[in-house]
Parts: sequence; C-alpha cells; structure tokens
Amino acid sequence: MNSGAENCRPRGPADFCLTCLLTSGAMLLAIGASFAWLDIDFGALFSREAAAGMGGFVTSFFPPDAGPDFLKKILVGSLQTFAVAAVGTLLAAALGLVAALPAAGRMGIAARPLARFGLNVLRSVPELVWATLMVLAAGLGPFAGTLALALHTTGVLGRLFAEAMENAPATAEASLREAGAGSAVAFVYGMLPLVWPQVIAYSLYRLEMNIRMAAVLGFVGAGGLGQMLYFHLSLFQQAQAATVLIAMLLLVLAVDAVSHLLRGRLAG
Amino acid sequence: MTVAPPLALGDAGLGRDPAARRRLGNALLAVVLLWPLLQLAEFRPAALFEAGNLAVMKGFLAGFMPPARSPEFLGMLLKATLETLAIATAGITLALLLAAPLAVTATRALSVSAIGPGPGRRRGLAMRGACRALLTMLRAIPEIIWALMFVRVLGLGPAAGVLALAITYGGMLGKVYAEILESTDTRPARALLQSGSGRFAALAYGLIPNAAQELTSYTVYRWECAVRASVIMGFVGAGGLGQLMDQSMKMLNGGEASSILLVFLLLVLLADAISAGLRKALA
Repeated sequence: MNSGAENCRPRGPADFCLTCLLTSGAMLLAIGASFAWLDIDFGALFSREAAAGMGGFVTSFFPPDAGPDFLKKILVGSLQTFAVAAVGTLLAAALGLVAALPAAGRMGIAARPLARFGLNVLRSVPELVWATLMVLAAGLGPFAGTLALALHTTGVLGRLFAEAMENAPATAEASLREAGAGSAVAFVYGMLPLVWPQVIAYSLYRLEMNIRMAAVLGFVGAGGLGQMLYFHLSLFQQAQAATVLIAMLLLVLAVDAVSHLLRGRLAG
Repeated sequence: MTVAPPLALGDAGLGRDPAARRRLGNALLAVVLLWPLLQLAEFRPAALFEAGNLAVMKGFLAGFMPPARSPEFLGMLLKATLETLAIATAGITLALLLAAPLAVTATRALSVSAIGPGPGRRRGLAMRGACRALLTMLRAIPEIIWALMFVRVLGLGPAAGVLALAITYGGMLGKVYAEILESTDTRPARALLQSGSGRFAALAYGLIPNAAQELTSYTVYRWECAVRASVIMGFVGAGGLGQLMDQSMKMLNGGEASSILLVFLLLVLLADAISAGLRKALA
C-alpha cells in the first residue's frame, strides 16, 4: 500500500534528475564532438555548385537503359540475387539445424557453450565482411555471396533453432526413448515436428532479409544486381546503373509486399 | 509388389511411416526446384579447394596471427574507429532532425479533423499520406546504396556515410516515431485538441510525456545499428573502420585485417553496452 503513495508523488519540472541532466549533457557533447571531428563542410555541401553537381549527377541517370538485351541481363541478375539468397538461406538452415543440436545442450554440457560461442562469432561478423573474405576463398562471383550469407545466417538461425529446441516440451521424445527408439529416430519423430513450424518461420524471415542483403553483397564482387550496379557505376554508364537501381528498388518492394501478404495470410 | 523400405532409419523403417511416400515426393520436388537455383548461384564447392584460391586464403589467414600492432597502424586504427563512431552519431542526429517534423506531420494522433467533421479534412489526409510516402521512399533504398552514390558525387570520405545514414535512418525513425505517437495513450492530446489548444501544445503536453521513454529508447537502439552500418558503408568508400578494412583486405594484409576485425567486434560490444546504459539512464 505504501508503494501507491510513492506513485502518486507529483512529477513535473520540480523533479530534479541529475543523472538525466548529465546523460543529456554527455550526449550533446558527443554529438558536438562528432560533427567537429568529421569536419564536414555543410556550407559547401548545400552550396549552389554542389547542388548543380548533384543535379547533373542525377540527370545523367536519365533516361534509364530499357533495351531488351539489357533488360534480359537485369532479369538474370535479379534471378541470381534471388538464387544467392535462397541457396544461402537453405544452406544456413541445414547447418543451423546441425549446429543447434550441440548448442541446445543435446551433446553434453561441454559442447553447449562451445557451440554457442561459435554461432556468436559467425553472427557478429556482418555479411559484407564475410563476403570480402569469401571472395578471396572462392573467387569472384555469386558463390562467394552464397557462402557469405550462409555463414552469417547460420549463426543467426543456429541460435534461434537451439532456443526453439530448448523451449519445446521434451515429453514426446522422452516417451519414444523409453519405448526403445534410437536417439536419432526419437529426435526426428519426437522433437523435430515440434520445432518445425518455428524452423520454417525463422528461415522464411531470414530469406526475406537475405534477398535484400544479396542485392548489396555484389559491391564487393559477390554477383547479382549489386555487382552489376558497381560495374556500371565504375564505367560511368549511368543509364545502365539507373536500370539496375530501379530493379533493386522493385525487388525490395516486391519482397516487402509478398512477406506482408504471407504474414497476413498466416496470421488470419 | 510389396513396398520395400528404401532407407532404414534405425528400427522404424520408412515402410512403417504412413507419410513416407508423400515426404519422399516432396523431397524430390524440392531437389528439382533447387537445381536451377544452384546453377544460377554458381554453386561449386570445389572452388574452395582449387589450388590458387587455397594458396591465397592460406597466405591471408597465416597473416592473421599475430594481429598487426605497429604504433602507426594502431594510430590509424584509433582514428578510423573514432571516425566510425562520429559518422554514426552525426548521421543519427541529422536523421533525427529529418524524422521529427515528418513524424509529427504524418501521425494520426495529432489530427484535428479526426475528432469530428471540420474543414481541412481532405487536406490533412493528403498531407499525412504524402509524408508517409516520403518516409517510405527514404527508407526503401538501403543505406549502403546511398553511400555508394554519394561517394561518386562527394568523393571518398565520411560525408557520404553521414548523408546516407541521415536519409535511410530518417525514414526509419520517422515511421516508427509516428507509430509510437499513435500507439501511446492519445487521450490527453485529444482532450487538449478538443478544448481548442494548438497542435504543438497537444504534442508537447499530451503526447511527449507518455511517449518520451519509448522514443529515446528506439533512437538509442538505432544509433547502435548505425555504428554497425557505418562500418559496412566504409566498404564502398564512406570512411571509417570499413574503408580501412577494405584496403587491408585488398592488399591481402592478414595481420591488419585481423586487428580491424577484433576492433570491430569490440566496437559492436561497446555500442551494445553504451546503448543499454543510456536506455537505463534515460528510462
């Protein structure tokens, strides 16, 4: 009952909060220091010459190249981007499921923290960094992008799958074991069906993110639309670059729309 | 013809699984669909073990240990790390300046015409729709693509990264701010509007006190994401840690790459800790 009285304490400007004040001050200081450190000349950035330069740059993209040959290339690039994302996610789902077994504590107590650490390392290196490494390991091309997505996504999905397995009720598997089933069969028929809906849901969610990511991974030479954009921009072929940009935008919007639709369908 | 179990899984063969045939059919269908995808993605695991690639990777990884720690490199590393943090902070600040007015205009919580029939209903609707469309457009293109384009206009360096962050994160923050303002208790603001106060007063006294905590916590979370994003944007030349890592990797300097990777992981952990601390302090 006493806590009620405390809640009724008047709140207002009279409440002096030293921590809030200090934190806000530190934040403002950090913001000021950031702008000072970067030393960006915003005056020049928004000057008339800069605006003219920017305007010239933007108009050089028009009209986009809409020749049938180039559109065919764009289609192949888009399909390749999708293929990179799909194969990468599939690979990651398979590897993640395997890695989730030790990470869920099914292979002894010692294996659990080890597997979790491995998954954390995989996850904390961003896709683009993996892609630069994989370009060295597997050469330029979409395969490097696939591997990069697979490595990062394995870290993400492995942890999610392990958590799903730990949270699922163990009774079905235990009763199969008690009835004399082998451990593999007990897992496949007793545990897997319980976590399968989550496995599918998480994998689809990551697929959505990976399609967006795969479009960008090409910047470091990992195939798909990104590599086309980088290539044409480097050669100052702005018309072609504009078409690639439009294709990317459409791809991102299409993925958003499809996932919105699916989510509504599954929820409703 | 008797159905012979094609695979024996321990004691329970597929023959005893009533759904075995359907599962086998689905698996075959999946393989048929997967084949063209594998072709498109040029899936060749053998490429990993080609002599040339192996040699490059071996040399590069051999350089990983020990990480580079010459004083001049460490100085460069420190400068790049500070630059990354500065890009994230400056970018988020500009994004905030962009997002706040758009969010206030776009939110339904401050609509006078929503209270009852009045003049300017259509105009308000159109205005909110336009702001929402603008916010969607701002965040539709990933920040790294903006960075790639800005680098072409503004040259290599942090300016491109700051602007790219400001645009994409401005769109994200604006959308979420508008949603937060709509999802908190809007009755105080409504009461103020109904009794004739202006929109600004309704925002400041009716909405902000309820929503402030959620708004700051989301902003700080976005800052944490911005730190990661500003490293990534360095790979297309937008300054900071990413640009340094890109250079080291292109020169196949494993020692430098491993130092930078370590610093990057520490930076992400640090950003995590700072953001958690800030959220707690401002709660």
